[in-house]
Amino acid sequence: MKYLDEYRDARIARVLAADIAAHVTRPWVLMEICGGQTHTIMRYGIDDLLPRSLELVHGPGCPVCVTPLETIDKAIALAARPDVILVSYGDMLRVPGSHSDLFHAKAQGGDVRFAYSPTEAVKIARSNPDRNVIFLAIGFETTAPANAMAVWQAKQEGLTNFSLLVSHVLVPPAIRALMASENNRVQGFIAPGHVCTVMGCEEYEALVRDFRIPIMVGGFEPVDLLEAVLMLVKQLEAGIARLENQYVRSVSYRGNVPAQKIMAEVFEVADQKWRGIGVIPQSGLRLRQDYAAYDANLIFDVGALTVDEPAECISAQVLQGLKKPTDCPAFALRCTPENPLGAPMVSTEGACAAYYHYRRHVAGQEEACVER
Amino acid sequence: MCLAIPGKVLEIQAQQEMRAARVQFGGIVRQVSLAFVPEAKVGDYVMVHVGFAISVVDALEAERTYRALSEMELLAGELPPSAAEN
Repeated sequence: MKYLDEYRDARIARVLAADIAAHVTRPWVLMEICGGQTHTIMRYGIDDLLPRSLELVHGPGCPVCVTPLETIDKAIALAARPDVILVSYGDMLRVPGSHSDLFHAKAQGGDVRFAYSPTEAVKIARSNPDRNVIFLAIGFETTAPANAMAVWQAKQEGLTNFSLLVSHVLVPPAIRALMASENNRVQGFIAPGHVCTVMGCEEYEALVRDFRIPIMVGGFEPVDLLEAVLMLVKQLEAGIARLENQYVRSVSYRGNVPAQKIMAEVFEVADQKWRGIGVIPQSGLRLRQDYAAYDANLIFDVGALTVDEPAECISAQVLQGLKKPTDCPAFALRCTPENPLGAPMVSTEGACAAYYHYRRHVAGQEEACVER
Repeated sequence: MCLAIPGKVLEIQAQQEMRAARVQFGGIVRQVSLAFVPEAKVGDYVMVHVGFAISVVDALEAERTYRALSEMELLAGELPPSAAEN
């Protein structure tokens, strides 16, 4: 496919990797924020193409992984109500809550449906006027305009049986929190290209300035990521810190203004809890007062929920780039995509799932055998 | 979740007062909202996320990047073979 195949060209990838190796003179730690980028890195073995002194750590950019346990437990409780149709992106169905997941809620008779687009949830609400349709609206800035549009559309149509259970997160406050942490090792970021397609680049300038750290807006194909790494390495080796945009074919400096407008119309910035990480100030979105009638959190009371994270899961450290999935004693043994302990093993963007699917656990075991 | 894939706009249609289009991804054609890309025209490539186009692919920039990368590959002929293959 055009604009995909050419960015998967193995010959160009090898040349970029050689160029990176030629520029690196000392160790550097880079973080790709987005889980989609993590999957590309694992799938194409990009980390294996890089010099050993260059370490890629994986960031918190997996919306499924950082959706708070409370929200998932609440969705499961709501799905059990006979008057409710719970609609979600497919990725969320297998994410473990405290005691169950949405798939089990469906198996037990709950009306749980998955949708490719939030507008499908609006359609379901239109054709089921006697049921409450709740859309589990998760995501980063990339997804927020689409979710906002669904609510806006429902309001225009006067639908009274549609609402959102919102768990929206924002990238720049998360980078700020990572940088402010005393455990931080990251020296350069690959910013998420599709978040920036919507939001533009401007809001990353302050991070570059405040922390004197290079940030590269990067795409999602192997050649994109290698080029982003090369551009970051050149800055780091030269001792400079700038905001640059590798993903120019999709990202403009201002971003997508109509998408930003509908987001600002429907949502406002609020403190947000990230699963495994905790509350990050002003790092999420909630529905504005004008849209309170569409806020499932205000409409439905499911009573007190006690949330319970499996003690063995180290997803908190994985999501902050402090540990690799293979550092977890449960990885690929007690925790697999079929029986996940934590969200990063489920999501198509989770770092643990990426390591699992692209057989990094097998390589790890082989190494262990050799050592013995 | 933040995946967006490039597709070609085949036909633009109005759907409940909101611009929409038939967009082709390889062999698949899907309906996509153009609400966020009022500038999109037939023949453009758009990046599509959860049923919404979020950008029109900048064909000139894409071409320029690809050409620069391809030239790097030509130059690689001058690199030692081991460096080019590892």
